[in-house]
Amino acid sequence: MARTDVQLMLDVKAGDEKSFELLLRKYRTPLVNFLYRMVRNTAIAEDLAQEVFLRVYRARQEYAPSAKFTTWMFRIATNLALNSVRDNRHRQMEISMDQTIDTGEDEIQALEVPDRAPSVEQKLVARSRAELIMKAIHSLPEKQRAAVLLHKYQELDYDEIARVLECSESALKSLLFRAYETLRVQLAPLVNNSVKVS
Amino acid sequence: MEGKLVEYLDGRARPAERRAVEAHLSGCATCRTRAEEFRALWTALEDLPEIFPSPSFDASLRARIAAEPARRGFWEWMPSPRLAFAVSALVILSAWISSAPRVIKSPTVISRAVQESKVTAEKDFGMIRDLPELENFDVISKFDALSELPVPPTASNEEMKKETR
Repeated sequence: MARTDVQLMLDVKAGDEKSFELLLRKYRTPLVNFLYRMVRNTAIAEDLAQEVFLRVYRARQEYAPSAKFTTWMFRIATNLALNSVRDNRHRQMEISMDQTIDTGEDEIQALEVPDRAPSVEQKLVARSRAELIMKAIHSLPEKQRAAVLLHKYQELDYDEIARVLECSESALKSLLFRAYETLRVQLAPLVNNSVKVS
Repeated sequence: MEGKLVEYLDGRARPAERRAVEAHLSGCATCRTRAEEFRALWTALEDLPEIFPSPSFDASLRARIAAEPARRGFWEWMPSPRLAFAVSALVILSAWISSAPRVIKSPTVISRAVQESKVTAEKDFGMIRDLPELENFDVISKFDALSELPVPPTASNEEMKKETR
């Protein structure tokens, strides 16, 4: 029977390094994706994801399962991402990222779009869609961005997201509605096509 | 409706809330359109591809963990037993000095000392107060005690005496 995340973390606390490896293997990709979509830079996202695991490892002795492991982990990740976004140290890197998005070259390489489309044209369409979505998500205010990423991509429960973002569940639902409303407007070309087709 | 629509669309609404939203949607074309657009938006958002950590991710993390300083006890921070002994001795000495009884003087001794210090202070103050007057030429020149002094004989004084005779 598979151990829960909390059980794995308690085993890490007891000195079992392999349990930490299991948590790392399970959450490194979701964490890197979440952080990449928050900070929009792969190098910073990886660095922050490692920092999250490092903090989890450092805190193993004081770990008490008062909440879900994912709530705790994404709370650390969100705080790190928000600090990183607000931090002027990364401003220069963000500017260079914006420039690459305008040209659409490095961004496409970084996204590593799966090779589902057989033709070059379909690949380009998929890439431009991905860039449009990424740009729209990044244009959201930081808290709304985190809420959407945790809701849509990490599929965390409302109470978990509310705890991560330190707000009430009702405030979170309003926050999500406003965020999706902004995205609906920004991604109107993608949304309206789908609605017309259906 | 604002807070309920998202919860309804992602299938996490409780049955009673779901029925309430469905009832509202059946009678509100605007909200129905909005619900359809949100569904389409969520489908579109799924087109965002997943990225994967670089092959060096785990190795970098292990290196960072290995670079973490090991947890050390208080005595392990001491570079040598001699320093540890010196620190302990200093702490004990400080505690002993701070806990030692202090000598308290009797009230009469204190009041006598206060009186003496007051007299000294008044003397000092008097001298300081007179200093500007002593340095003032007009005051000194008109000082009565100085006018009573015998005038020294000079040439002009002798001539004046002869004239008066």
